[in-house]
Amino acid sequence: MTLTERFRDPEAARVVVDRIRARSNRPVRLMEFCGGHTHAILRFGIPSLLPDTVDLRSGPGCPLCVTSAEDLDHAIALAEVPDVILTTFGDMIRVPGSRTSLADAKANGADVRVVYSPLDALQTARQNPHRPVVFLGVGFETTAPMVASAVLTADAEGLDNFFVFSTHKLTPPATVAILNAGEVALDGIIGPGHVTTVIGSDAWRFLPDEYAIPCAIAGFEPLDLLRAILALVQMAEDEDPTISNTYARSVRAEGNPAARQAIDQVFAVAAAEWRGLGTVPRSGLQVREVFRRFDARYVFSAAPPPSLRPSGCRCGEVLRGVLSPPECPLFGNACTPRNPVGPCMVSAEGACAAYHQYRGWPS
Amino acid sequence: MKDVIRLAHGAGGKTMNDLIREVFATPLDNRYLRQMADSAVVEPEHRNPRFAISTDSYTVRPLIFPGGDIGSLAVHGTVNDVAMSGARPLWLTASFILEEGLSIATLKHVVQSMAEAAQEAGVQIVAGDTKVVERGHGDGMYINTAGVGVVPEGVMIGPDRAQPGDVVLLSGTIGDHGIAVLSKREGLAFETDLLSDSAALNGLVESLLSAAPLVHCLRDPTRGGLAAALNELAETSRVGIEIEEGRIPVRPAVAAACEMMGFDPLTVANEGKMVVIVPPQEAQAAVEALHAHPLGQNAARIGFVTDDHPGLVLARTGIGGRRVVDMPLGELLPRIC
Repeated sequence: MTLTERFRDPEAARVVVDRIRARSNRPVRLMEFCGGHTHAILRFGIPSLLPDTVDLRSGPGCPLCVTSAEDLDHAIALAEVPDVILTTFGDMIRVPGSRTSLADAKANGADVRVVYSPLDALQTARQNPHRPVVFLGVGFETTAPMVASAVLTADAEGLDNFFVFSTHKLTPPATVAILNAGEVALDGIIGPGHVTTVIGSDAWRFLPDEYAIPCAIAGFEPLDLLRAILALVQMAEDEDPTISNTYARSVRAEGNPAARQAIDQVFAVAAAEWRGLGTVPRSGLQVREVFRRFDARYVFSAAPPPSLRPSGCRCGEVLRGVLSPPECPLFGNACTPRNPVGPCMVSAEGACAAYHQYRGWPS
Repeated sequence: MKDVIRLAHGAGGKTMNDLIREVFATPLDNRYLRQMADSAVVEPEHRNPRFAISTDSYTVRPLIFPGGDIGSLAVHGTVNDVAMSGARPLWLTASFILEEGLSIATLKHVVQSMAEAAQEAGVQIVAGDTKVVERGHGDGMYINTAGVGVVPEGVMIGPDRAQPGDVVLLSGTIGDHGIAVLSKREGLAFETDLLSDSAALNGLVESLLSAAPLVHCLRDPTRGGLAAALNELAETSRVGIEIEEGRIPVRPAVAAACEMMGFDPLTVANEGKMVVIVPPQEAQAAVEALHAHPLGQNAARIGFVTDDHPGLVLARTGIGGRRVVDMPLGELLPRIC
């Protein structure tokens, strides 16, 4: 049995499901912060295995979905600057800004290229020394270290045509914003596995300490998620909130110090604009002044016109966990993966896309 | 001067004739092509043949990928489309759109590989065409192939023929082609030993039909993967399909790459696999026939057809959960987190 298969073993899954069913008495609402978790949960059909007492809510953990329309419009304007090669993670090109998307810009002649890593964007810059190469830095604490490392490499090599447009965001401040808004009562949080590999499980200590909410850090295999749900159900039943790390093969209490140091060296913490949450203090990463020559926001004057507000779209409420995707009146009618209204239906990590793609069996 | 395609190679003059003679005529030679007529005149063996006709254009990037290239793919793809009617593919046409600047060595490699693929599949390329477009107006090379085959007497296969109670078979592992090609794409490259499964399936179809002549549907899950193929069959036949995800063969390298990039293997392309829908009384014979053929060694029974939920494909997941298998959308793009 491979490592992956061990975390997909049907017998082991049945044992954990039975324990969840035996332990769960009072109704609990658990939020999975991470869009990757939402997808895994639905793809493996986990809701169909859980008792009615357990309600899973998606959180704001889809990096593309929380990117503000203003930032997207700005990125599209950068792509339209003559000679610029805009490099981006794949999903981003489909997400609509307030008027168009990067895919539209690409179809209209902008040079938009999909890369898997910012280091590939760096390679594009080396191969095209006479053209500015902008990397669209979206994502949380997971992608920020790679982007930081690309900037440090560009600096060391003296590359003068590589730029980063940072819309990076930090996850604990977003969680605080959701809890402080008080719109949705949560009994537990499934902590993001990859993010926490970088920031460390201690970064979530404030959840039990200040909000009396248990937190279980989970991986992305079905047994990881079931074990995290079991841990949260137990802590909620026992009224004994703490941090449970069910992804110990990847996550340490202190995280990954080298990755954190790279982030800190290149980026400074600043307020950030989140789609759905508005401006959240100390929740974003901007390029530090000493690396300003790599900062596309600073170097290019491309300024898009003011962003438009989409009508009827309730992605904001979905991202705050207030609304479950099927509860949105547009879901599956006016808004489908084929004709998406909001980003949550577009992104592969978006909650609406996941609920639509992997919807449960009709009863 | 570098040995590359120039606009003159498509201009209809001597340069073009030289190219055709040098690059195409010898490797692809057969009695029909040799006539160099404006059209090939072919004679079927049967008196009242039913023909299966298909055409497809090939635009793969990179042109040469682990386990194949655009040439072998252009033969396999069209041979397979013809074979999915249960037909015996006989003749292909091939039309090349070449980009100015393409290296002649690459073109020769591709044509040679087409010739080998055609010979292996037992088909002849009987007509062809070449055009050259200006640099920047094509991805090196596009190929269109059309294919003609003859449907054996008594064979009735179509996407609308699935019946409740039928058994769903899959001829082997899924996702090999999509992941092998992606692993070599600029900007997305990663290390893997994986090869494309690109292969002609007409031999496998022939073995299958001699053991299980009542097969209702055949479909090769190319773009959109198994998820798209099953959805199309469910919709066209107005039936429901239920599959067990745990029974679908997936190579560990494909599973790992899909995990890394956030893809569902069910939506990744294949070029040498087929879905078989067969009445229950022939299911066992069909599985045995597939297993006996080199291209069907990993064949598996993956589900069944039902009159519940017509048009919907449902899956029982590996851990016993349930979910819908939806029609995938557009291009596969790697996830961020």
